[in-house]
Amino acid sequence: MSDWPLLSLVTFLPLVGVVFLLLIPGNKEIADRNARWVALWTTLITFVLSLLIWINFDTSTADFQFVERADWLAEGVGYHMGIDGISMLFIILTTFLMPICILASWDAIKTRVREYMIAFLVLETMMVGVFCALDFVMFYLFFEGGLIPMFLIIGIWGGDRRIYSTFKFFLYTLLGSVLLLVAIIYMYVEAGTTDIPQLMQAGFAPEVQKWLWLGLLASFAVKVPMWPVHTWLPDAHVEAPTAGSVILAGVLLKMGGYGFLRFSIPMLPDASEYFTPFIFTLSIVAIIYASLVALMQGDMKKLVAYSSVAHMGFVTMGIFTFTVQGIEGGIFVMLSHGLVSGALFLVVGVVYDRVHTREIDRYGGLVHRMPIYAFVFMVFALANVGLPGTSGFPGEFLTLIGAYKVNTWVALLATTGIIIGAAYTLWLYRRVIFGELTKAELKNIVDLNPREVAIFAPLVAAVLFFGFYPDPLLNVLHASVANMLEQHQAALEATKAAAMLAAK
Amino acid sequence: MSNAQLAPVIPEIFIALAAMALLMFGVFRGEDSTRSVAWLTVLALAVTFVLVLNAPSNGEPTLAGMFISDPFSVFVKCLVLIGSALTIIMSIGYIHREGMARFEYPILILLATLGMMMMVSASNLMSLYIGLELQSLALYVIAAIRRDSLRSTEAGLKYFVLGALSSGMLLYGCSLIYGFTGTTSFVGLAQLLTGDTAGHPPIGFIVGLVFLISGLAFKVSAVPFHMWTPDVYEGAPTPVTAFFAIAPKIAAMALFLRVIIMPFPEIVSSWQQIIVFISIASMLLGAFAAINQTNIKRLMAYSSIGHMGYALVGLASGTVEGVRGVLVYLAIYLVMNVGAFACILCMRTKDGMVEEIDDLAGLSRNQPMLALALGIFMFSLAGIPPLAGFFGKLYVFLAAVDAGLYALAIIGMLTSVVGAFYYLRIVKVMYFDAPVEPFEQPIGGEMAAILTVSGFATLFFFAYPLPLIAIAQTAAQALFP
Repeated sequence: MSDWPLLSLVTFLPLVGVVFLLLIPGNKEIADRNARWVALWTTLITFVLSLLIWINFDTSTADFQFVERADWLAEGVGYHMGIDGISMLFIILTTFLMPICILASWDAIKTRVREYMIAFLVLETMMVGVFCALDFVMFYLFFEGGLIPMFLIIGIWGGDRRIYSTFKFFLYTLLGSVLLLVAIIYMYVEAGTTDIPQLMQAGFAPEVQKWLWLGLLASFAVKVPMWPVHTWLPDAHVEAPTAGSVILAGVLLKMGGYGFLRFSIPMLPDASEYFTPFIFTLSIVAIIYASLVALMQGDMKKLVAYSSVAHMGFVTMGIFTFTVQGIEGGIFVMLSHGLVSGALFLVVGVVYDRVHTREIDRYGGLVHRMPIYAFVFMVFALANVGLPGTSGFPGEFLTLIGAYKVNTWVALLATTGIIIGAAYTLWLYRRVIFGELTKAELKNIVDLNPREVAIFAPLVAAVLFFGFYPDPLLNVLHASVANMLEQHQAALEATKAAAMLAAK
Repeated sequence: MSNAQLAPVIPEIFIALAAMALLMFGVFRGEDSTRSVAWLTVLALAVTFVLVLNAPSNGEPTLAGMFISDPFSVFVKCLVLIGSALTIIMSIGYIHREGMARFEYPILILLATLGMMMMVSASNLMSLYIGLELQSLALYVIAAIRRDSLRSTEAGLKYFVLGALSSGMLLYGCSLIYGFTGTTSFVGLAQLLTGDTAGHPPIGFIVGLVFLISGLAFKVSAVPFHMWTPDVYEGAPTPVTAFFAIAPKIAAMALFLRVIIMPFPEIVSSWQQIIVFISIASMLLGAFAAINQTNIKRLMAYSSIGHMGYALVGLASGTVEGVRGVLVYLAIYLVMNVGAFACILCMRTKDGMVEEIDDLAGLSRNQPMLALALGIFMFSLAGIPPLAGFFGKLYVFLAAVDAGLYALAIIGMLTSVVGAFYYLRIVKVMYFDAPVEPFEQPIGGEMAAILTVSGFATLFFFAYPLPLIAIAQTAAQALFP
């Protein structure tokens, strides 16, 4: 089993589904139904295959596993796949969310179903590829290639202002990414390779590192998104179809944080250290500002979108503490946020499908007609707040511990974000779920149907399970994160020693 | 003259003879022979392709140092021949429908191709000029081939007047260079401009070089010598526009490479800043001026200006990697543009050809496969990975960073974001807007074949890029003795 090119299989299997989708004959109704089933089965099989990765994953080593290599573009730029503890869980997250997205679009998408499913499957390949790639150019290919299907998903199946939003999303991300590409090219010229493990050992000069770091930041900061380059996110989220928002919040945002972990910190340790106060500042601003903005939103999706920006602030803050707790916490927040914010968008999508509005004021008293819905919403709302016992808690708690270790003020300010977070989430919940059911269009609203229950059940289970018992996730991280910090310290000391030598 | 000296020139001799023979054939058979003449021309180009591959290409100048056949010329000639053949195939349906079925049309393309092959193989300023003029004169005529169309004749005339001006500048530059160095041979120039002379070249020679570069910049339609491009592209019949955008651009860019690199390798600093300037200017103009275009042919004109700017990035670096980057870029540019223009040639409603971008609205519903193909070409032209266009950009910018031209690389990258906007606008119109009047179907077998092949090549280039890169590498090294 371990001889199989498992990573390539998981990455490119969705494309096989695309081929099947292209071959579907028949009239519109039958073709649409078949397209849904083909997409669902493809994503389910991909998910099962990806579980094999987790099962066979060796948590005791920090080395890259399941490595595959082949010649590709040039010497030093090859086809190189592999995963370690940092990337593995993101692959599972992606493959886990995909079938849920397909199910969530089952009835909501009525036009051009086949194209929709093709776009999602291509997107899945790109997303999994991002986390598997061990070559910087390959990473860039997947990273950017994901823009095309997402551009189409928002643009074709989105809301009223979809064209503005999708252009903003695409061009914003592209603008950041081209600077990343210049940095990649420079690294290639300098080190003669774009192989990620080799680049981690390259040891660029500290002055050069700063420029490269800024090039990388341009791309990752937009993707995370960090304040002040987050403005594309609320627009894209509001206009995207529900499943598009889920993927956007659940996976695409994680690529930024992953980028910092995989590239900025191991390859450019001195610059990462140098820019830490800068990142802390941006993170704190993001946490507090985005939380306050979320408090005032009248649109449910926008509220969740701003809450994403705030949560991503915890991620960047945790990562740049350079402590085990901070980094593991940052990754845990990303994973948990992938489940929770994705679920919250689905929660919004459920009522949007019924009432066709996302205005909070148009709702109220849903608990009287939709008890199951109210329960599901509650679980995710509390997880978004970070209540102990939900997956939202361990991550935020760990990042705060990490932050306390290095800077009390940062931790203090970040904690206020949690309080505001509780305020906007619970207030949202109160306004939508509780109160009197007075609105006429809500009088006949029906509770979750079996398909929707099937969508939410695994998410609720995962959120609660990893809230009470986060070890399965954290165990995967330990070896890789410890190794990363070790390397980081060694690199910093080497620079210091070199500087002292030069001073003498 | 011995056979060994003539051997490298056999493809050119064959193509010249074929053009004359086909001309006779056309004259005796009359206007209704256009279809057979066109297919025979394609056949002649195919035979030439084989001959080019088999001709000796050792890089020894022949015909008294006028002509050189090396891996570089073979590479570019192959691209040019493919471009010419495909544009003729794409035109056949159009010229019959639109009443411009003249048998001279494919033959003029054949003659222009001969000119291009001469240009690519020129190793002397004299033979360079002769090849260039043979090409240009044929192009002027083709631009105006619809004699009774005002737009077409205007395009032809405009092209002729400005083209003649640029040829004059080029010739003036050549004469200055000759006057100050005493030779027109590339090899001779390279030998003269070494050591001390390379550090302080005569000022008159520099002036000549500037004129030479200006003339060449006109031919590749680089800013600030681009003004003719949008008007000629818009005015000329669409298949002619397709031809203009592909083969002559590739040949002129190759000529540019050879003229700058081969004779002047040691005086990089004298020409590098000029190339950097026109490259940046072309990329900026190509990106910003295209935003407001509503006519797709004008849009493609600005697009090609921008793309020549990107190709010049590779030349600006002046290294083997740079030349390799340009060659890869040209090959990918060929595929993308053939595909894009094939799509444009399919834009035909029951009232005839249309060329407004808004006419594409809702194409994804009326003709999903055509929309998919055009979408692929647009994303590729925008340079979005994993499509082929991205790799073209990757290699030229790689060379620029390698040569230390960071500002050029960063500006180029940023303009590609602006450029992405207008390519995406076409995707938006096709995929997001409500359908308008559908295009005529079917699009024709040869069109479908061209679209399929170029679409697959663009989409799957990433899977196996090594062969092209390796060939381009060999070709690029030929310019650096």
